Amino acid sequence: MLERLKFIALSAALGGLAWSSAAFAAEGRAYPWQLGLQDAHSPVMARIHDFNNMLLVIQVLIVVFVLGILAYVIFRFNAKRNPVPSKTTHNTLLEILWTAVPIVILVIIAIPSMKLLYYSDKTQDYDMTLKVTGHQWYWSYAYPDQGDFSFDSIPVPADDLEEGQLRLLTVDNRVVLPVDTDIQVLITSDDVIHDWAVPSLGMKIDATPGRINERWVRIDQEGMYYGQCSELCGVYHGFMPIQVEAVSKEAFAEWVKQAKEEFAATGRPAVRVAETGRQGR
Amino acid sequence: MAFGAVAGHGEHEHEHHPTGWKRWVFSTNHKDIGTLYIILSIVAAMIGGLMSWAIRLELAEPGIQFINDFQFYNVLVTAHGFLMVFFVVMPAMIGGFGNWFVPLMIGAPDMAFPRMNNISFWLLAAALVLLILSAVVGDGPGTGWTVYPPLSSATFQPGPSVDFGILALHLAGASSILGAINFICTILNMRAPGMTMHRMPLFVWAILVTAFLLLLALPVLAGGLTMLLVDRNFGTSFFVVEGGGDPVLWQHLFWFFGHPEVYIIIIPAFGIISQIVSTFSKKPVFGYLGMAYAMVSIGFVGFIVWAHHMYTSGLGVDARAYFTAATLIIAVPTGVKIFSWLATMWGGSIDLKAPMLYAIGFIWLFVIGGVTGVLLANAGIDFAMHDTYYVVAHFHYVMAIAAIFAMFGGWFYWISKMSGRQYPETLAQIQFWVFFIGVNVLFFPQHFSGLAGMPRRIPDYPDAYWGWNFVSSIGALITMVGTFMFLYIMWYTYRKGAIAEANPWGEGATTLEWSVPSPAPFHTHEELPVISAGTGHHAPAE
Repeated sequence: MLERLKFIALSAALGGLAWSSAAFAAEGRAYPWQLGLQDAHSPVMARIHDFNNMLLVIQVLIVVFVLGILAYVIFRFNAKRNPVPSKTTHNTLLEILWTAVPIVILVIIAIPSMKLLYYSDKTQDYDMTLKVTGHQWYWSYAYPDQGDFSFDSIPVPADDLEEGQLRLLTVDNRVVLPVDTDIQVLITSDDVIHDWAVPSLGMKIDATPGRINERWVRIDQEGMYYGQCSELCGVYHGFMPIQVEAVSKEAFAEWVKQAKEEFAATGRPAVRVAETGRQGR
Repeated sequence: MAFGAVAGHGEHEHEHHPTGWKRWVFSTNHKDIGTLYIILSIVAAMIGGLMSWAIRLELAEPGIQFINDFQFYNVLVTAHGFLMVFFVVMPAMIGGFGNWFVPLMIGAPDMAFPRMNNISFWLLAAALVLLILSAVVGDGPGTGWTVYPPLSSATFQPGPSVDFGILALHLAGASSILGAINFICTILNMRAPGMTMHRMPLFVWAILVTAFLLLLALPVLAGGLTMLLVDRNFGTSFFVVEGGGDPVLWQHLFWFFGHPEVYIIIIPAFGIISQIVSTFSKKPVFGYLGMAYAMVSIGFVGFIVWAHHMYTSGLGVDARAYFTAATLIIAVPTGVKIFSWLATMWGGSIDLKAPMLYAIGFIWLFVIGGVTGVLLANAGIDFAMHDTYYVVAHFHYVMAIAAIFAMFGGWFYWISKMSGRQYPETLAQIQFWVFFIGVNVLFFPQHFSGLAGMPRRIPDYPDAYWGWNFVSSIGALITMVGTFMFLYIMWYTYRKGAIAEANPWGEGATTLEWSVPSPAPFHTHEELPVISAGTGHHAPAE
C-alpha cells in the first residue's frame, strides 16, 4: 500500500511536469490525475473550454448554494434545536422565484451554448477534406484533395511498441494533417457504428454505415493528437486508437508526396485487422 | 358503492387465504405480490452488482486483470445495464413499493385487477430467466443496453443471445404495461371517499405519472425490438443499410423509449423522498401542488428530448439546437422539486433517522448529477463529453445511485409496515455512511476521467487514466461493504428486529399506511376510510 501511495504521488508530480512542458510540441492526450478537459488545439475545442469554464462556475455555485442550504437546514432545524415544527406549506413569492431564477440561468447558458453549437457544426470554406472510415477494429483515411490516396491505420499491439509510444493509443500509419488549415472531415463506416474522437481537437462524430457525417477542424499547433473509438463497436472497441500528427504546411506537402507512393499499391485494406488487433494490449 | 358492501360480510371469509407455495405463486394480494417484486429485485441486484464489481476490478489497473475475453466484458456491461434498469430499480420501486403502498395510501382494499397483478409479476420473473439465459447461451449480447444495430444485427452478434435478450425485454415490457394499466385504474378509480386527486400522497402521484410514462413509452420499445428481431431472423431491413434501412432509426425509437425510461426510474424515487422528507421534518410537503405538477411536467417534457442522447449521430444542427433547448427546460421542474424539499425541511423538526439520511443523500446525489446534466444538455459541449466516463458519472449520480438511495430509504421507512419488525437504527446509520462514502468515491472521480477523454465501455485504458480509475475501484469496494451490510440488516430485521408499532415515526407520518397495524394485515381498508381536508394525506389543496 505504501508503495502504491508513493507511485500515486510520483505519477501526480510527473503528470504536473508533463503538463507544464506540453507547451512546446503539442501532445493532445490525457495526463495522470488530470482533472479537466484535454488541452485545446483547435478553435472548436478552445470554445468548448471557454463554455466549460463558464458552466463550471455555474455548476459549482448551484451545488454550493443548494448543499449549503441543505447543511444549514440540517443544522438549524434538527429536532434538538427546533422541537416544534412550523406549519408553513406555501409561499407564493418563493415558489415563483425558484421557478423564474433557474429559467434566467438557463437562458444565460443557452446563448453561448447555441453560438458554440452553430460555430462547431461546419465551416463554409475549407481548404481540404479528410475522409475517415471506421472498420472493426481500425480506421482508414483518404485524402481526396491530394490525389485520393488512402491507407489503413492499424493499432500497434503493446508488445511491439517502441520507446515513448503510448499503449493503446499508437497506430502504424497515423493521419498527417497540416496546421492552420480548415479541414472538412467526412466520416462513415463500413460495418458497425464507430465514433472518431480526438478530444484535444474537439472532434467526436459517429461513423455510421450508410451515412456520411461531417465536422471540421483547424489544428493550431504542430504535434501529436490522440483519440479512441467512442461508440461501442464490438469485441475490440477499446483497441482502435486514433493518432493525428499535425505538421507544417510544407512538411505536409512533402509527406503527401511520399504517402502517394507508399500507399499507391495498397488501396483498400491490405491487412484485415482481425489478427493484428487481437493482442489488444 | 360496491367497495362499501365488502365490510359487511363475515370476517372469517377474508381470513382464509392460501398458504405455502400457493400463497405466492397464485397470489392476487397486492402486498404479497409487492414482496415478490422486492425479492426479485434483490436477486437481480446481487447479479447486477457482482457484474459491476467485476467491471471495476478489471478497470482498477491498466492492462488486462482477469477478463481476457472482451466479448464477455461487453456482455457484463450490457447485462449490468439491463438488470439494474429493468430488474432491480423498476421492480423494487414500482412493483414493490408501488404495489405495497399505493392501495394502502389511497385507502383501497387492493389493486384494481389483482389477477393481472399476478401475471405482471410472473412475466417479469420469466423475463429475468430469459435475460440470464441470453448471457449464457452463445457468446452473450455484447451490444450495450442500447442494442444499437448494426452491432446488434445477426451479422455482428450471431447466435441466439441477442434474440433471448430481445424476448426478455418484450416480456418485461408486457409486464410493465400490464402493471401500468393496473396502477392507473387503481389510482383513478379506487381512492377512498374524500381522497381527491389533490389530496393523494406524492408517492401515489409519482406512481401515477410513472404508469403513464410506462404505458406510452414501452410500446415504442416493443415496436423497435420487434423490428430488430425480424431484421435478425426474417430478412427484413428496417435498420440494415444494404436493404435501404437506417441504423439511426433504431436510435430514435430506442431513445424515444429510453429517455422516459430514466424518468420511470427516478419519478417513483421523487415520491418516496417526498414522503420521507415530510415525515421526518414533521411538516406537510411544501408546495404540494407544485410538487405534483412538477412530476407531471417532467414526465411530459421527458417525451420530447430523446435525441439529446444522439448529438454525435449526425443530426442536423437545428435539430440539435431544439433538443438542447428542450432538455435545458427539464432543469426547471427538477429545481422546483429540490427547492420544495429544502423548504419542507425549513422550519421543520428534523429527525435524522436512517430513511431521512438516505433522503438527504438522495438530494446531494441528485443536485450533483443534475448540474452535470445541465452541462450535457448542451449539444455544443456534449461533443467533448459524449460516450466518456463523464456521462457514466452523470447518470449513475442522477439516476442509478439516486434511485438506490431512494430504494434503501424507502425500505428503512416502510420495513416495519411490511414485516412488522423495525430495523436496527444504529447499524442502519453506519450502513448509510459506508454506502454514501463508497458511491461518492466510486463515481465522483469518473467525472475527471471523462473530462480527460476516457471512453465508456472499454476493458482497458491508456495508462494516463489509471489514477482516478484506481480510486473509483476502491470506491466500488467500499460500496460493496455497504451493500453487504444492507443485506445483513435485512436479515437481522426479519429475524431479530424489534416488534414495530403501527406508526413508529410519530406525528410526521400522516399517510394512511400508518393507520393500519404493523405488519399490515393480509386485507386492509375493508372498511373504507373517509378522508377529509387535513387528515390522512399531506396537504389540503384548497
